[in-house]
Amino acid sequence: MAATSAPAPAAARTAAAAAARTGRPRARRNPPRPRTMIIAAAAYVVALIFLLPYVEMALTALRPPRELLDAGYLPRHYAWSNFSSLWSTGIGSNLRVSLTVAGGATALVLLVATPAAYYTARRRFRGRTAFLLLVLVTQMFQPTALVVGIFGQFNQLGMIDDPTALILVNAGFNMAFAIWILNAYFGAIPRELEEAALVDGCTRLGAMFRVIIPLALPGIVTALIFTFIAAWNEFIVALTLTSTPANEPLTVGLNNFIGAYSVDWQHLFAGSVIATIPVIVLFALIERKVVSGLTAGSVK
Amino acid sequence: MSSLSNLPPRRLGRAAAPLGWLGPAIALIGFAVLWPVYEMFRISFQHYSPDGFLLGSAGFRNYTKLFQDPNFGPIMLRSLLWVGAVVGLTMLVSLGVAQLFNQRFPGRRVARWALIAPWAASVMMTAIIFRWMLDPNTGALNLLLRDLGLLSKLGTSQADWLGRPDAAFAWMIAVAVFVSVPFSTYTILAGLQTVPAEVYEAAEIDGASPSRTYLAVTLPLLRPAILVATLINVMNVFNSFPIIWEMTRGGPGYETNTSTVYMFNLKQNFIGQSASMSVVNFAVIVAMVLVFLRVSNWKKEVA
Repeated sequence: MAATSAPAPAAARTAAAAAARTGRPRARRNPPRPRTMIIAAAAYVVALIFLLPYVEMALTALRPPRELLDAGYLPRHYAWSNFSSLWSTGIGSNLRVSLTVAGGATALVLLVATPAAYYTARRRFRGRTAFLLLVLVTQMFQPTALVVGIFGQFNQLGMIDDPTALILVNAGFNMAFAIWILNAYFGAIPRELEEAALVDGCTRLGAMFRVIIPLALPGIVTALIFTFIAAWNEFIVALTLTSTPANEPLTVGLNNFIGAYSVDWQHLFAGSVIATIPVIVLFALIERKVVSGLTAGSVK
Repeated sequence: MSSLSNLPPRRLGRAAAPLGWLGPAIALIGFAVLWPVYEMFRISFQHYSPDGFLLGSAGFRNYTKLFQDPNFGPIMLRSLLWVGAVVGLTMLVSLGVAQLFNQRFPGRRVARWALIAPWAASVMMTAIIFRWMLDPNTGALNLLLRDLGLLSKLGTSQADWLGRPDAAFAWMIAVAVFVSVPFSTYTILAGLQTVPAEVYEAAEIDGASPSRTYLAVTLPLLRPAILVATLINVMNVFNSFPIIWEMTRGGPGYETNTSTVYMFNLKQNFIGQSASMSVVNFAVIVAMVLVFLRVSNWKKEVA
């Protein structure tokens, strides 16, 4: 394990204590070496670079309108009222559309992907490889390239400005990730557990709900959060399929703060903060599992 | 058809059983992914007026118009530059960042979390923040460049980056790298976890220098992770829309359009030509998918 290959830094004391408790051999207690300190400093700088634009977003959201044209890194006063005045701009309906679209797409994906992932993980049948290839290919297609076709399709169906259209498109293009993640989790559950439940008198469906789903819960949560975030952040399809401000999700609605001659920056960024923070927190919860879902079907 | 109807009922039932489980997924793919593909092709052969009335069939005229469009060649070249520069820089930066974040240091987990922000946040919002930070008069990035004395070194006191096509395109490449690095870094970090510690010990015993170890041991073992991150990035960056849209709308003129942005710009008034641009983009994507399927061993993975 890598744990023993590099010198332990300041956390060594607690780590060593933990190691002592678990009985694992541990390297000598070292004070942080210069090399470790340089590495840590460099890593903090990199981390800061990736965070700073979002800090700037929050700072601008708090700038009083009259300070927007000031050339200074920090606002001189903090206008928390930007967040309360935001609601009188009609952003509430955009927030509602975003929640409906992301929530609806997530529910639809779970409903559709769970049986497919379960069946392909458990059974070998004719057409299985073809189905998984279809899923892999749709994962690589993005709605961006097809946006003209998507517009033509929903225009014919009379579904412009209809959140259902956004739910369907987002679900269709994000289902693949859910299928990969769930497939991996279902595949890792031993058959014997399920068979034991059947012997104990469970129906197949009962076994699914009492045994399989609880065990695959981390995978289900990952699929759920990932789909929600993807649909929440989607931009080009929403931009194409909506035409009235009240029916636009946040990503499109926020653009209405950008006028032809002036930009309502403080509200634009107050809205962005509201749209971004929950998503970053949710993403942090599934961070470790996302790579495997995105790169499924390719590495090993 | 006939072979199915000749089957005894029980076997027919067995052949159809997967449909109950997979049917909804196939239906959703058909509706949301395949139907738009068909529509895109159909529209590309139709003649629409600029205000959206169907005037009849266009044959291949949308395509010939697109190929004769003086913007078309430069835009395709620029798309190539866009994908090449963004993906190349992203992979280089990500290899470095992953190597750094793979070391042990206090607060590593928190530092890794910071990297999530650009990945989780909407790209459209990230693009708008950069547009704000590049504001000629008040933008924080411009203030920083001025305070560091870089602005005068770059030979300009007027920092209207987004108003000049070359500078705007360079900044947009930087933003695209910024939002692509987190995923790539995480993929490479996942790849680094699979490198057994013994190979490093062996390299150390053999007296290899750190740089030699990296080139001769780490990089070759990272090949699968680098490959998959590169391919996924190529796909994402080719399809990238919000960065250019929010920062310049593809302007000034058409000078910062990529083929994806151009497709969207054409859509406003020339939907037929936009559809033919879309078909060209789609062909590029299909070619990339085929490359992906060839170099990845997806069959082994799903077996």
